[in-house]
Amino acid sequence: MENTRVFVGLGSCGIAAGAQDIYDYMDQELKSDNMDLEVTSCVGMCYAEPIVEIEHNGERRRYGYVDKKFADELIESVKTGEFSDKNLIALSDDGKKYLDRQVKIVLENCGIINPESIDEYINADGYKALAICIKEYKPEEIVSIVKESGLKGRGGAGFLTGLKWSFLAGAKGDYKYLVCNADEGDPGAFMDRSVLEGDPHKVIEGMLIAAYATGAKEGVIYCRAEYPLAIKRLGIAIAAGEEKNFIGDNIMGSDFSFHLHVKEGAGAFVCGEETALMASIEGKRGMPRLRPPFPANSGINKSPTNINNVETYGNVPFIILNGAGAFNKYAFKNSYGTKVFALAGKIKRGGLIEVPMGLTIREIVTEIGGGTSSGHPVKAVQMGGPAGGCIPERLFDTPIDYDSINETGAIMGSGGMVVMDDSTCMVDVARYFLAFTQNESCGKCTFCRIGTKRMLEILTRITEGNGVMEDLDKLEELAGHISKTSLCGLGQLAPNPVLTTIKYFREEYEAHIKDHKCPAGVCKSLITIQVIPDNCTGCTLCARVCPVGAIEGGRKKIHVIDPETCTRCGLCIEACNFNAIEVV
Amino acid sequence: MACKDCSNAVLEEARQIVKEVGSEPEKVIPLLQEIQKRHSYLPDDLVEAVADVMEVPASNIYGVATFYSQFRFTPMGKHLIKVCKGTACHVSGANLLTAAICDELDVEEGGTTEDMLFSLETVACLGCCSLAPVVMIDNKVYGKLTSSKVRKIVKEYKDGKH
Ligand SMILES: Cc1cc2nc3c(=O)[nH]c(=O)nc-3n(C[C@H](O)[C@H](O)[C@H](O)COP(=O)(O)O)c2cc1C
Ligand code: SF4
Ligand code: SF4
Ligand code: SF4
Ligand code: FES
Ligand code: FES
Repeated sequence: MENTRVFVGLGSCGIAAGAQDIYDYMDQELKSDNMDLEVTSCVGMCYAEPIVEIEHNGERRRYGYVDKKFADELIESVKTGEFSDKNLIALSDDGKKYLDRQVKIVLENCGIINPESIDEYINADGYKALAICIKEYKPEEIVSIVKESGLKGRGGAGFLTGLKWSFLAGAKGDYKYLVCNADEGDPGAFMDRSVLEGDPHKVIEGMLIAAYATGAKEGVIYCRAEYPLAIKRLGIAIAAGEEKNFIGDNIMGSDFSFHLHVKEGAGAFVCGEETALMASIEGKRGMPRLRPPFPANSGINKSPTNINNVETYGNVPFIILNGAGAFNKYAFKNSYGTKVFALAGKIKRGGLIEVPMGLTIREIVTEIGGGTSSGHPVKAVQMGGPAGGCIPERLFDTPIDYDSINETGAIMGSGGMVVMDDSTCMVDVARYFLAFTQNESCGKCTFCRIGTKRMLEILTRITEGNGVMEDLDKLEELAGHISKTSLCGLGQLAPNPVLTTIKYFREEYEAHIKDHKCPAGVCKSLITIQVIPDNCTGCTLCARVCPVGAIEGGRKKIHVIDPETCTRCGLCIEACNFNAIEVV
Repeated sequence: MACKDCSNAVLEEARQIVKEVGSEPEKVIPLLQEIQKRHSYLPDDLVEAVADVMEVPASNIYGVATFYSQFRFTPMGKHLIKVCKGTACHVSGANLLTAAICDELDVEEGGTTEDMLFSLETVACLGCCSLAPVVMIDNKVYGKLTSSKVRKIVKEYKDGKH
């Protein structure tokens, strides 16, 4: 047991996959041998969680799919020093495909170090970039380096970070604010959560460097309330940073001072928009306002303010330590560096990945992600959430860079990538996003408020089989008005999911409208659920799970569904073990 | 501007909360969060008492509270079930989970069971998308669920095993 360390990955989704139970179990078993388990966060291989790593004589082995039984084997191997070759997820063919194309800059430490230990961060060259800045660079030199790196904001809009910093640096005012946008409202995305849970110090160091470069005195990290673990780890990290004098007055003995605190969001998607976010920090309703004035001139309490996304700040220490060239050597068209994506949906290997600009969507979905989880053909990938669009399989050779993704009608967005197969109805997806934005609209602009409602009514009508072909023109017309007259990005981009699905999946809309059919079998008004008599064994399971008693038939009898009573909830399909219930 | 309907105990609690969190205008959201942390929703009398202590009209505070979906105005069940309705969960069968829970507990989306044991809500995303579909009960997240798995988990809560 000498020279052996055991790490368990405890990120939110690892915990949800059972990693905490594995931790508790192994801890109990190894305690008697005076061995302390160590904690890290998520390495991004969510598909293989729970993950346990064992380091022996400096060599680290990463085991995935750890259940209690496998944990017993691992405990045994720790005791004997003979290590199993089973489930070594970083060395398996699958794992190599998942990892080989990735370049980790922001995620470098995630899943490797203990996010609750500032010493481990420091051992991984942490706070070195800050020290270099304070000792060797003038603030304007840092702004130049960040400009030269070509780093663009990772929160969605892709504005040049160095340029934004120069606005704050040049703004008049004694008291300047720096904000980290960790509101991550895009449903289906978890990049920022994983970074904050896995390496909070990196984001904090990025903010400190930005503060030094721009003259900001106070920082706020605005974090979604749904991320309790990220908030907890940020709190621990800030306290440790203050203790080491990396945060506070006269940082590292210089005359640079910067104070930092966390503010919890309260569940409003629009608060991710920068002016709404600042209103929320001031304790008001989070309503966007007209720009100009831009935050750099009038932000929190009318003081100059700079807002960047979590991942944007997370890139900064690397750029300072390694130089702009080490970053912008990853280049494609006008985009530089890497981008973190959250791969989810109908994907075989879902998780958190970081790839260099220029990789194609196909390489991400098929090589890294391994294609669909169902084995069915992939249909589309949704990028950019409610502001983005669905990119069809035939455009999967599109490279990842801001311009190329925009050309498809989607947007790079913050990094959510939801993969869809033939069981996903594109009209339903469009309706889903519109229901989301309609619900989250702050109501200030007429077209965003009323226009999205009209669009939602039309889409609902189509999914119920009551649409007419003219509805498609109406949708496009409304979309144009909403985009043109909306104040903030929520309204301006809300039509994207609808427009891209009409553009690329028109035949699905036509099937709903003309044939009253939902090809994917999703839209409830257009489907019937029925038993396939040849497959039914009469096990009665379906009848027992049906909430409305729509299924008749006794033991060993072929069951029958009454279409009048059936609400098409789908519970019986999932319950039947014999594939005896189908959607038509 | 005294809160005439507030009992002394409520006023006392309001003073304590304001003392802990602060009374600056930008503290409104943290104040509401503290009230909800203590009571699981925003009781009218306590909100009014806090407004009183802060010397601002209660309508100001309600104006902020109603904007944010986090805040609840009715008491909640002992356990809060949040079904994720984010994109990844939506395409992975989140609706099945809602249907199963509604059936199992005889409760509607947004409702609370008669015995005040469970409240059922939906949320936009829990950030565990690669484990979709996902449900959070109190502070615990359950991933890769099916309708039968979620029924089993909910039953365990019913039987007081959590
Ligand atoms: C409706 C809406 C929601 C947004 N949500 C987020 C978010 O959750 N996180 C984020 O970083 N940026 C979000 N943004 C973008 C921000 O307004 C802003 O552009 C960004 O935080 C700037 O940081 P960056 O330059 O580093 O990307 C949102 C914008 C809009 C219009
Ligand atoms: S576009 Fe929509 S969300 Fe944005 S300010 Fe206008 S109404 Fe509010
Ligand atoms: S669950 Fe399937 S096999 Fe069993 S009775 Fe129902 S349809 Fe038949
Ligand atoms: S789909 Fe739902 S309502 Fe219809 S028969 Fe199956 S379980 Fe019953
Ligand atoms: S297992 Fe950690 S982000 Fe998914
Ligand atoms: S979409 Fe459900 S956890 Fe993100």
